Amino acid sequence: MINLADIRLGALRLVRPIDPFLLVITAAIIAVATLMLGSSSPERMNAHLVNVGVGVAVMWAMASQPPQRLHSFALPLYVVGVLLLIGVALFGDVSKGARRWLNLGVMRIQPSELMKIAMPLMLAWYFQKREGSLKVRDFFVATLLLMVPVGLIIKQPDLGTSLLVLGAGFFVIFFAGLSWKLIIPVAVLGTAAIIAIISYESQICAPEVAWPGLHDYQKHRVCTLLDPSSDPLGKGFHTIQSTIAVGSGGLVGKGWRQGTQTHLDFLPERHTDFVLAVISEEFGLAGVLLIVVLYCLLIGRGLMIAANAATLFGRLLAGSITMIFFTYAFVNMGMVAGILPVVGVPLPMVSYGGTALVTLCLGVGILMSVQQHRRRR
Amino acid sequence: MKHTHSFNHNPLLSKRLPEWRARLVLIALLSGSVVLGARAMYLQGVNKEFLQRKGESRYARTLELSANRGKVVDRNGDTLATSTPVKSIAVIPDMAQLGAGEVAQLGKILDLNLTDINRKLASGKDYVFLSRAVAPDVADRVMALKLPGVQAQDEYRRYYPTGEMAAHLVGFTNVDDRGQEGVELAFNDMLTGKPGSRRVIKDRRGQIVEDVETIRRPQDGGNLQLAIDAKIQYLAYSALKQAVQQHKAKAGSAVVLDARTGEVLALVNNPTYNPNNRVKLSGEQLRNRVMTDSFEPGSTMKPFVAAMALESNRFRADTMIDTLGGKMTIDGATISDSHSHGMLSVAQVIQKSSNIGSARMALAFPAQHMWELYDDLGFGKPLKLGFPGEVGGRLRPWKSWRPIEQATMAYGHGVSVTLMQLAHGYMAFARDGELIPLSLTRVDAPPLHGQRVFSPEVARQVRAMMESVTQPGGTAPLAAVPGYRAAGKTGTAYKLENGRYTKKYLASFVGLVPASEPRLIVAVAIDEPSVGGHYGGDVAAPVFSQISAGALRTLGVRPDAPITPQQVAQQQLGKSREAM
Repeated sequence: MINLADIRLGALRLVRPIDPFLLVITAAIIAVATLMLGSSSPERMNAHLVNVGVGVAVMWAMASQPPQRLHSFALPLYVVGVLLLIGVALFGDVSKGARRWLNLGVMRIQPSELMKIAMPLMLAWYFQKREGSLKVRDFFVATLLLMVPVGLIIKQPDLGTSLLVLGAGFFVIFFAGLSWKLIIPVAVLGTAAIIAIISYESQICAPEVAWPGLHDYQKHRVCTLLDPSSDPLGKGFHTIQSTIAVGSGGLVGKGWRQGTQTHLDFLPERHTDFVLAVISEEFGLAGVLLIVVLYCLLIGRGLMIAANAATLFGRLLAGSITMIFFTYAFVNMGMVAGILPVVGVPLPMVSYGGTALVTLCLGVGILMSVQQHRRRR
Repeated sequence: MKHTHSFNHNPLLSKRLPEWRARLVLIALLSGSVVLGARAMYLQGVNKEFLQRKGESRYARTLELSANRGKVVDRNGDTLATSTPVKSIAVIPDMAQLGAGEVAQLGKILDLNLTDINRKLASGKDYVFLSRAVAPDVADRVMALKLPGVQAQDEYRRYYPTGEMAAHLVGFTNVDDRGQEGVELAFNDMLTGKPGSRRVIKDRRGQIVEDVETIRRPQDGGNLQLAIDAKIQYLAYSALKQAVQQHKAKAGSAVVLDARTGEVLALVNNPTYNPNNRVKLSGEQLRNRVMTDSFEPGSTMKPFVAAMALESNRFRADTMIDTLGGKMTIDGATISDSHSHGMLSVAQVIQKSSNIGSARMALAFPAQHMWELYDDLGFGKPLKLGFPGEVGGRLRPWKSWRPIEQATMAYGHGVSVTLMQLAHGYMAFARDGELIPLSLTRVDAPPLHGQRVFSPEVARQVRAMMESVTQPGGTAPLAAVPGYRAAGKTGTAYKLENGRYTKKYLASFVGLVPASEPRLIVAVAIDEPSVGGHYGGDVAAPVFSQISAGALRTLGVRPDAPITPQQVAQQQLGKSREAM
């Protein structure tokens, strides 16, 4: 005989790991994603709903795990990830000029995607291990741990993913307390390089100039960003079309399914990387601000969770995952708005794509787990 | 700010994460959001109009709707040129990323060489035609492949049902439907319609998604009714072709005029071409010799001189002229007759075609007087029929004429005309001394009076002299037309090449039928006949006879002469000769 109180208890146990605040924001973002897919690519709706189901399940599963269990996964996941990346470099399939895929016989996987989660896990694990006796040497070890997979991904070549993995690792190192003496010179150098690139655009973008360490297409993307009209039918096409889509939305947009750039097929990748352009064409500034506010709430909540984490591992992991959300959202929005180069970064949880959605739900699940096992005051 | 506060109270972090590090993260987040928000406001607020216009310029297109080019028809409404709808297959290479299999499919349907297609795809152009003017079902099969960047464009293709028969008069258009030759060029503005326009929404592949509005309906071009009669044109075409082949001539041309209206009823040249298939056309084939080539006409000018002489009252038809035994020296140069005659009347000078008789008549008048006559007849200046490339021949100003030149001009050397001008001049004899303008298009209200060149009496007298040319004893008995009285004059001119006379001939005949009340003027010129004689009476006169007989029957002109047994016999003889 089933006791009503038992059911209530069971339900409570099921629900307890879920952070209601994160759940509401995530649900709102996924609702926007579903609405926009209904405009840009309704034929993918069924697949999308399946992805959402899997994502929610993964989120709940992660939320139910204590951070300690993740902790024990960190090292094996990292080692497997690096081995797979080496496998890609040696035996990978070439597609569109890049060696990114590994054919395992039953399925093709893209190990660099795995690295997006494995990297922060690994570094958080490392710093947790060194907690209390952290020395400068440890930051060099951490940097090395970070640069091995980043280097492998750059060689594929996949600049976008390598920057995201680099960012994810960097956030962990940053939150672990990397000395300003190291951060400031790098930041200054980076800023100087960007200013130099912008001011000498015409010289360095001349066709005969080769950029050391970067492929021609990567150089093209940066140069196209600096002057999209230099190649309106080629590399600048994405940027111009998306800028037009964003701009022609106005304050409240043209209405759902009324976007001309979207529905006349001018806007490329409209259900994936450029979904923000669809939002802003059809719902205008209002739609863009709504999505920005949702991300701000998500990130704010994530930082709060990081601050309240019980362990260094939990704090670094939560902080880094939150910052990954920020980086994804910022880079994607910057790309659509034409202020950053076109790198293949999706808008988190809004762009269509199963792997990305499930990975991000997994991230939200980790945040929930960290929140569940937070330091009680 | 609540969470930064929490950061500070975290005992683990307070050691290594100073407040400003946490703050920096917040500042980064905040500034990122601000930058994005500002950019969004700039694009959506400030730059909105500009970008909306740009967006519109991408999908809204004003399409040209091609207008149907007008038909060219003959005087009875039979079609000489018409436009049929076809499609052209074009491709936007940037959009068409075609695989080898797709290119092969295209090549198979369009019957094109694969290397040609690949060369066009790699040409670097924005828009290239793969195949112009294909049949609609072929275009449908191409479009069924649904290849990106491959489009079918509606066009019209010009078709000429009469083929090479009327090629020189009708001319042709190019692939862009613009007139290139003949009346297609001369009347291009009238035949070309006004294209309409339509506003549509197109997607990136150029497919029309939505038809917004028709701005302007296309106005089809006007139909052009020519003066020619397809049946007479065909008669002239086949008679001329046969003569050119029979005499192995370099070329030939013929023109038929309606004396009552000035209409050009037929205009043919040989060699000719098929306007529906213009691969490997030579200039020789394209030349409309009737109007664009001038030549020294030879003896066909003599009737004008005879008329001038009669007009002055100093000569009568029976005035006797001494032809000096066939040789005459002027200014040290000798002119001669092909057969020596003694004394000839003016009528006989025409009948026997005496050079010396004509020269002596001409020299009885001042150069200016003769120049004025030739000028009145329209020689030396184009007829202005609006036909492309029309020339006016050469008539030098009288002040520079030397007597020997005036003498040779009396029998058509030292002056050059087109066959059309010559036929037009003969209109003065056909219309009892009057000239009316010619017309390539059908004339429903002919002018009642024209420009008077000769008095009616003189014109009739010269006509009678020319009638004797086609009778036994004349130079062209083969010009006789059964059932009708025919008047005319032969011409056998030495051709002038690079300023020297050669042993090559231009045989011609210009005549009027029926002689009692002329309805038709028929002029025939055969260039360099090499077999079966070179005299106008042998080479050109039979063509005149054939065309005239058929044309008069076609027009239903009442015969004005009994058919004599000789003519019947001659006709049969001619037929049997043709059969051989």
